Amino acid sequence: MSGPLSREVSRRGPRRWVAAVLGRHPVGAVLVAPYAVFLALVFAYPFGFAVWISFHDYFFTAPGVPVDRPFVGLANYTAVLGDPAVRQAFGNIIVFLLINVPLTTVLALLLANALNGAIRGRTFLRVAYYVPYVTASVAVVGVWLFLFNSGGLVNKLLGPLAPDPSWLVSEHLAMPTVAVYVAWKQLGFFILLYLAALQNVPNELYESAAVDGASRWQRFRSVTVPAVRPATTLVVIVATITGANLFTEPYLLTGGGGPNGASASPVLLMYQRGIEQAQPDVAAAIGVLLVIGVVVVSLINRRILERP
Amino acid sequence: MTRVVPDIAPRPVERRGKPQTGGRGSGRGWTVLRPILLAAGAVAFRFPFYYMLIGSLQAEPDTSPAGALPSADLTLGNYRDINERIDLLQSLVNSGIFTGGVILATVVFGVLAGYALARLSFRGRGALFGLVLLVQVVPFQLLLIPLYVLIVRSYGLADSYLGMILPYAINTTAVFVFRQFFLQLPDDLFAAARTDGAGEVRILWSIALPLVRPALLTAVLLTFIGPWNEFLWPFLITKQADMQPLAVSLANYMTNVAARTANPYGAILAGPCVLAAPAVALFVAFQRHFTSTNIGSGVKG
Repeated sequence: MSGPLSREVSRRGPRRWVAAVLGRHPVGAVLVAPYAVFLALVFAYPFGFAVWISFHDYFFTAPGVPVDRPFVGLANYTAVLGDPAVRQAFGNIIVFLLINVPLTTVLALLLANALNGAIRGRTFLRVAYYVPYVTASVAVVGVWLFLFNSGGLVNKLLGPLAPDPSWLVSEHLAMPTVAVYVAWKQLGFFILLYLAALQNVPNELYESAAVDGASRWQRFRSVTVPAVRPATTLVVIVATITGANLFTEPYLLTGGGGPNGASASPVLLMYQRGIEQAQPDVAAAIGVLLVIGVVVVSLINRRILERP
Repeated sequence: MTRVVPDIAPRPVERRGKPQTGGRGSGRGWTVLRPILLAAGAVAFRFPFYYMLIGSLQAEPDTSPAGALPSADLTLGNYRDINERIDLLQSLVNSGIFTGGVILATVVFGVLAGYALARLSFRGRGALFGLVLLVQVVPFQLLLIPLYVLIVRSYGLADSYLGMILPYAINTTAVFVFRQFFLQLPDDLFAAARTDGAGEVRILWSIALPLVRPALLTAVLLTFIGPWNEFLWPFLITKQADMQPLAVSLANYMTNVAARTANPYGAILAGPCVLAAPAVALFVAFQRHFTSTNIGSGVKG
């Protein structure tokens, strides 16, 4: 807070009085004003509004029409929890996270570890792994549909081993396929996170492990993995939050969460209930439950990963 | 100039980390295996993009293994088809305005707020900083319904660029990143400028900003990816086809129209190539700015 600024405090006159009330640089308040207003309007107020909606009987009306929106207690929550489609969607997202998060974490760490260091064609390799991350999901969904449809290249190559019903229309394979797709799509970002963490592992640790005769795999297990543990916590939590937000992929890859809701996600349900069926109060309750779930899972993850 | 802020300048990834001269016990197998595994992985990661491009250029995309090989009879017919179904130019313009608006607002307001939080002391700074941290933990899916109610129903901003841009106009991560950049500048610089009588806004504009210019470029590149690729929010608030960004009009085409056409995959592969091209081109051109250091500091926690 102080530092280089403190020498200016001793000035006399009215400025001193202004400084006492508004701080040493009142212009700072002007600079942050747009951001503060934005936070209030686009985050703080809607945040409270979401919770409020979830406890009231809320419906869309034309602007300016005064209507009664009675407090209904937990009615929206009981409606949500009693809805088999919502329960299925929460079950689906758990399946998704159980596949996607470990796959993402393990592959990202292994690939970052292999990419770290001077290797031939590093630029080519890096670009290859990052490109899916910088490309729109809407764009790459098209080619996945093409690759994984019943008569697509993947099934043609598998021949008699091709699953029937095919990947995206099978109740058992739809969600795992979406989970693998998202892992492929996001992996570049998590590789970057691990690469950043690997830069901070002191070389001496590897050297002394090598002197002790540790094999490459032993060095990876006993030096690299513990050293990047904070990054692992971050990767797991970010992947969980991103995964819980799943919408575009079930909407486009599996035609709206099909078959029979086997790949529907909670956010997809929020869209269907809230916007398509005009029940924003139910959708807000799904949102609150989802956020509570994500926070609980993140806290548990952190507990487990930061255990000494 | 950029030497003043060494942490921001792009730097090679391999400076530290694992020694390449394997000690005793380092299997010879790994030295051979690693490049092969990495290359195989890279091919697996690139193949869908190659396949998308080659399929989009075939009159009717061929699903047989032979179809994955380049052949002589490539055509732009699918691009003509998709352009007849959705107005590609208008959609690209919409994507451009949405993305440009978000980048402009993110950089302008982010720099102002980041500078004030890093370098100025004023009443309310501590409280605001606490609020910023709180915002980091509020996920977007909770805000989906209330923002829809407010922006579409209350403010009547459906089918408008402003409505599209508003929720993304300021990015808290960007504020954090800019704050970090300004904190890294040497204190003496600011003290000297103040002694010379420069005002705070002038210090920001003519001293601090030029020093963080490389960081600004990274921030712009990273910000570009978000709105350009964003689907859910613009999808919710645009119903008119002539206001939809390309990601939205393509998705609508895929879900509503494609299945009923004679050659569904032709347009489903060509449209995405148009959507992907600008992001991939920018990334490849500026990929050295896309380093682990720059992005590691900008992660939403």
